[in-house]
Amino acid sequence: MKGSVALAQGAIDAGCRFYFGYPITPQNDIPEYLSAALPAVGGTFIQAESELASINMVLGAAAAGKMAMTSSSGPGISLMQEGLSYLAGSELPALVVNITRSGPGLGGISPTQGDYLQATRGGGHGDYRLIVLGPNSVQEMYDLAGEAFRLAFKYRNPAMILGDAILGQMKEPVVLKPTQAPPAETAWALSGAMNRQPRLVKSLYLKDGEMTVHNWKLDEKYRQLKETEVLVETDCPPGCKLAVVAFGSCSRIVRSAVDQARRIGLPVGLVRPISLYPFPEQAVREAAVNAGNTLVIEMNTGQMVDDVRLACNGESHVFFKGYPGGHIPTPEDILAEIENILNRGGLKACQL
Amino acid sequence: MEYSVIMSGFGGQGVLMMGELLAHCGMKADLNVTWMPSYGVEMRGGTANCTVVISKDKIGAPVTGMPQAVIAMSEPALNKFKTKLPADGLLMVNSSLVSDTAEISSNGITTIMVPTRALAAETGNEKMANLTMLGAFIAQTGILDFDQVTSEVSAFLPPEKQKLAPGITKALLRGKAYIDSL
Repeated sequence: MKGSVALAQGAIDAGCRFYFGYPITPQNDIPEYLSAALPAVGGTFIQAESELASINMVLGAAAAGKMAMTSSSGPGISLMQEGLSYLAGSELPALVVNITRSGPGLGGISPTQGDYLQATRGGGHGDYRLIVLGPNSVQEMYDLAGEAFRLAFKYRNPAMILGDAILGQMKEPVVLKPTQAPPAETAWALSGAMNRQPRLVKSLYLKDGEMTVHNWKLDEKYRQLKETEVLVETDCPPGCKLAVVAFGSCSRIVRSAVDQARRIGLPVGLVRPISLYPFPEQAVREAAVNAGNTLVIEMNTGQMVDDVRLACNGESHVFFKGYPGGHIPTPEDILAEIENILNRGGLKACQL
Repeated sequence: MEYSVIMSGFGGQGVLMMGELLAHCGMKADLNVTWMPSYGVEMRGGTANCTVVISKDKIGAPVTGMPQAVIAMSEPALNKFKTKLPADGLLMVNSSLVSDTAEISSNGITTIMVPTRALAAETGNEKMANLTMLGAFIAQTGILDFDQVTSEVSAFLPPEKQKLAPGITKALLRGKAYIDSL
């Protein structure tokens, strides 16, 4: 199954019944698939007139308590930032998928991870964060679609899946899971006020001190996310002298490089953040500090490396190697980088 | 053991489909597989290639800088990918389009020329050239059981393309017979 199709089916199996979007390469397989698959399960698929319309349709459906999603790629996601900010401010759950393209500007359609900072820092105006998940396989494209909806509804916050053309276009076997029921009537949804008090969904707070209270309320959610919802894969055996950190499609290539490095006796470990927000600060810090040396590999000019440095707080020597603009590194490229750093640090190879 | 192959050619030659069928059969043989396409913006005539990785173990990179095999269905594809092969690599070339064989084989790389269009024409459908190459590749490498591959053709095809199954099977078998005859 293709990654984009797996993600779309994962959203349906999680209970999503509303999709609003506007076409852009390289994520068109998502709307193409959903345009047939959603109506088949009684859902609604709308190709909107623009990204701005799409995200505001998502906002409307979310305000009604429905599981709604959109998908786009870099330039389209930029156009949606106003809506994302309003969703976060209004505490509404939704899934937004970014199958990135290289940029800035219109850029190119080849795989890149240049939208990491936009995704993990909120992206729009105001003091908010998105929940951001970074799958690295077609199976995770499927699984994390459901996980993103679960987190979005639990925390009433928009969630993003950050993928790229590798994850969107690649085909791998997928194990489909039984369809889950959508969340029951939510206590905040605008579902018609017959026989109950009216409810209000808004992001405008003008009364004295009201906005401050709201900001701290949002912040408390982000704190809880960091405490309970971190997803990370760590493989740093004892004696590891270099922790390599990578996410998404890039982490697959790094995985092969780390395996090759170990076969020639190099003491290398791998940390893969799956939740990019909340960032797995503690796991990264432990691995990086224990190893003493850390190598961050990204398909950009250096974005997640900021989070790694913050997590280490100066207690690990952090190196960075980037592959921006659609340049997909090979495992051999990364192995050379690993060897380069272990030699540079004067570290002797030893068997793990 | 992990096996990776880059299949390459022009858009419209069925290069991506070859890879998909191979990956599908690998999956049905309970192996881990990845299929990673890369193609230009044109539907026909541009460049197209895909990397297929087949492994008993969990697969890391779906791309490779050093494949075990390269299938080149066109001359630009041959020139682009032949340099990536290791010394014990396998190079399979579509000799219906690539005629200048003089500089192809070097460094001890096993090179096999497959006249795909002529073989496909013998089965009654020239358009099956890609599948004669796939049949030849599977026969040459033995990475999958050949009978298992031919028995999966129907399951691989969407309902509206089922009528192609007998032709595809014939082409796969013709490619295998070509390798057997070498």
